[in-house]
Amino acid sequence: MTSASLLRRQTSAASSLSHKARNTASGTLAGIGLAAFIDETVFHQLLHWHHFYDKSTLEVGLVSDGLFHALGFFAVVAGLFLLADLRRRQGLWWTRWVGGVLIGTGGFQLYDGLVQHKLMKLHQIRYDVDLLPYDLTWSLTAAVMVAIGTVLTVRTRAGDSRQR
Amino acid sequence: MDQHAMHSMASGAAVLEVLGLAAAVVGTVGYLWLVTASRERGWPAGRTVSWLGGTLLGLAAVTGPLAAAAQTSYVAHMAAHLLLGMAAPVLLVLGAPVTLLLRALPVPAARRVSAVLSSRPVRVLTEPGVAAVLDVGALWLLYTTGLYPAMHRHAWLHVVVHVHMLSAGYLFSAAIVSVDPMPHRRGYPHRALVLVLALAAHDILAKLLYAGPPEGVAPAAGRTGAMLMYYGGDAVDLALIVLLCARWYRSTRPRAHRADPTPAPAATDLLAAHRRVNTSAPWPRSNDIVTTSRVFPEAAPGRQEISR
Repeated sequence: MTSASLLRRQTSAASSLSHKARNTASGTLAGIGLAAFIDETVFHQLLHWHHFYDKSTLEVGLVSDGLFHALGFFAVVAGLFLLADLRRRQGLWWTRWVGGVLIGTGGFQLYDGLVQHKLMKLHQIRYDVDLLPYDLTWSLTAAVMVAIGTVLTVRTRAGDSRQR
Repeated sequence: MDQHAMHSMASGAAVLEVLGLAAAVVGTVGYLWLVTASRERGWPAGRTVSWLGGTLLGLAAVTGPLAAAAQTSYVAHMAAHLLLGMAAPVLLVLGAPVTLLLRALPVPAARRVSAVLSSRPVRVLTEPGVAAVLDVGALWLLYTTGLYPAMHRHAWLHVVVHVHMLSAGYLFSAAIVSVDPMPHRRGYPHRALVLVLALAAHDILAKLLYAGPPEGVAPAAGRTGAMLMYYGGDAVDLALIVLLCARWYRSTRPRAHRADPTPAPAATDLLAAHRRVNTSAPWPRSNDIVTTSRVFPEAAPGRQEISR
């Protein structure tokens, strides 16, 4: 191996280490955006399970809803641009990225299910039905996603993206 | 709506129509003249198309069938708002009129324009937070106070509201996307934060209007208008997010050991910045590269291809 290519290799390894946080950030952002998108299109617009606006909505709920909608939009775009950035730096580590996505999606869904639905009672998953099975499915899926995402992230903590 | 209100509004709309047509003609002729004047230096066709498209959308909001319908229909008014206050400004900003002006003018005149752009008022107005408040804040004022019904009673108010809508929309898009050289341009995280907050404020207002439309608007029309504002606003805001992130992405091309994204520093000497614009670069990335390479010479375009 020539010294030039050795140097290149070392530089690449060093920079991919610093890319780890970036892989997680990119995945998490994309995951949050994905969750917000699914929530919006599937549950609000296709199934009409959620409502565009609940009369019972508190002011703080309206604000948090708007803020999350805005953040969701920004998150998915920024997350994908970060993904492109990692690719061009040759620092993309799919396992770690997917871990981030699962944490982002699950985390958002868990927040939505526990805080927005239960704590603030902004809206519910469905109306005029027994909510318990729906709530359990919603929050347990979310918890499982966060758990798998966390495992993937922890397992990719050692090593660098060259061993992916 | 009484007869007096109808009459005032009709005359307000008529004034706006004439004003809009005049502005469109001046804008189109002026822009094309500047493009011809700077022909030897080259000007990306995409920018010209964008400018003309923005002019057309703005015109559609104040003249023709949509403007006529907006006099009586809240939904049509909201569609006009989306065109005039959001979509048209983004396209006009992508036309980079200031860059074109600085490039086409003779140096002494360009220096004067540059001085105006660096003046304090312009600096304050192009601060993203200020521009956002002028833009979205004005919408809150328009729809949650008596301003919307008042606009129908006073012709001059009708004109002022619409002129403000376009200018504030332009200012906001320019401050966020920043295609043209700008004094003390804010970094990307700053602009991203302002964009998210402004987007949220727009969404929250749309939902509030869904529940309680402005005075004199029927509930059904109020709901349709609010949903148009919400989802239509989303479409334009998504475009703004993509534009902002795309420029961010370009400005942080990798260099050997610098991993974290550093926002492009502001161009302090606008004239120097625009003269060094790389015209062969694909539209619309030129300014970021110029400003970045001014401070980080290692970021000059040629060197970045190594990482490919």
